[in-house]
Amino acid sequence: MNRSRHGREWPAEGITRVPYWAYSDEEIYAQEQERIFRGPSWSFLCLEAELAKPNTWRATSLGEMPVVVARDDQGVLRAFENRCAHRGALLCLKDRGEDRKIVCVYHNWTYDLEGNLTGVAFRRGIGGKGGLPEDCRPETQAPRKLRVAALAGLVFGTLSPTAPPLETYLGGEIVKRIRRVMRAPVRVLGSYSQIVRSNWKLYLENVKDTYHASLLHTFFTTFRLARLTQKGALIINDSGGGHASLTMAADSGGREYEQAGMRAAQDWLKLEAPELLQSVDEFGDGCGVQIVGVFPSFVLQQIRNSLAVRRIVPKSVERTELIWTAFGFEDDSPELTEMRLRQANLIGPAGYVSMEDGAAPGFVQRAVVAAPELLSLVEMDGSGISSSENKVSEAAVRGMWHAWREQMGI
Amino acid sequence: MLPELQFAILDLNARYAQAIDDDRLEDWPGFFEESARYVVTTAENFERGLPLGMIYATSRAMLKDRVRSLREANIYEAQRYRHIVGLPLLEAGADGTTRATTSFIVVRVMHSGETSVFASGCYRDRIVKDVKDGALRFAERIVVLDSRQVDTLLALPL
Repeated sequence: MNRSRHGREWPAEGITRVPYWAYSDEEIYAQEQERIFRGPSWSFLCLEAELAKPNTWRATSLGEMPVVVARDDQGVLRAFENRCAHRGALLCLKDRGEDRKIVCVYHNWTYDLEGNLTGVAFRRGIGGKGGLPEDCRPETQAPRKLRVAALAGLVFGTLSPTAPPLETYLGGEIVKRIRRVMRAPVRVLGSYSQIVRSNWKLYLENVKDTYHASLLHTFFTTFRLARLTQKGALIINDSGGGHASLTMAADSGGREYEQAGMRAAQDWLKLEAPELLQSVDEFGDGCGVQIVGVFPSFVLQQIRNSLAVRRIVPKSVERTELIWTAFGFEDDSPELTEMRLRQANLIGPAGYVSMEDGAAPGFVQRAVVAAPELLSLVEMDGSGISSSENKVSEAAVRGMWHAWREQMGI
Repeated sequence: MLPELQFAILDLNARYAQAIDDDRLEDWPGFFEESARYVVTTAENFERGLPLGMIYATSRAMLKDRVRSLREANIYEAQRYRHIVGLPLLEAGADGTTRATTSFIVVRVMHSGETSVFASGCYRDRIVKDVKDGALRFAERIVVLDSRQVDTLLALPL
């Protein structure tokens, strides 16, 4: 199991090394779509709040595969391939809609919100002429249906009949960290997206890289939103693919950065408008930042009161769309909503903290273009993938590669 | 609408764009009232009444902080903008304010020379005359982007 079907071989060092072809090989990318995104992994589809009413749907995806996720007339969540049984056209051209049925614009074939083909235009022809033969069974080419599971307001889907149940896939600790944030019915505050000019894994690695956070992002460190000296924890599930990193809001007060003379330690930055960071401990546990990353495509972020889900959508081997949806809760006061909106200055493409994360994966992609056989070093805090209180660590990145190799069979 | 006011708003927009394109970011907060709102959002959020912004500032001080962070803290590759700003559609607002809707296109030029249409959209402004110095300033500038997608990052203001 050390070789891809095109002969790519994983280095003998295991997951402390990553070969750069993993980010640039077209065959690997195609194999990922099949073995990971359409394989036994769960992908985040949308927030349940985005399908608040029966007979609503929205367009989403499983990797590159277009998917419709819907709430049917019985209120049940459904998901199916966004592809007509007839000639394969997209069934839904818009991002969202509300109807009891979906009609393919190409030849008017009709579906219910479970993804069942319910009508073929002129199936019996006109005046006994034309139409489908009596024995034709177009249903055999119907859009593939996904298994759907909702967890605390998050909707996930998989094509695989053999993937473990969602909560098993995530693991108990990660489920607990998700439930902690998703504490009440969600109110969507808005959404936007960012094109990351890199392979999708470079973005997910960035999310799972607890080592970079306070080194690349000087905004974060200067205001002590997160420093590696702040107490925290790194939780990694058994498959390696799910992680949660926690940072307590209070700082231990160490001067390690200043002593090391690091760029991130500069002390000069004082906000003229400190209300940007005004926050409340809404979860009552003193945890200021919690990032949950679930292989292959999901991020749940709590930075103080800024809450968001991020969906990682691979567009090509070196291009990724990152779709952000920020949210609060239905029972939020206007003051809390305003706080969330102000703190949202930290996130997204213009985020004081997140803007660098949109660029850093591209720096790697551009640099390694001519080094497919050379190796990236992933050895901070050793070679393991277990949970720890130490965040000067690349354990969660190694965990991701462990899960990747498992699903890819490489 | 007085032609003098129309001309003054054209001038305001031209000076605003030039300050950003000439990398005089320190001048940028000065185009706003002290308690101004400056929000960069998408047409989709705007039309659906969703309040989230990519940038969400509720005071001139927050804009100053952003400039300082861009200068001193944030990491982004050297780049410039070229704003092409359309003609403002004006409407008299309540209590002496003027509402303006103005289309724009911003071309981004990276240090490598890579040039692309980075953003298009419209400014939805509320403009007031400052009682102290008589200058026109934005009490509100909502930057509504036509597309939800931003390439890589949005560092410099729009």
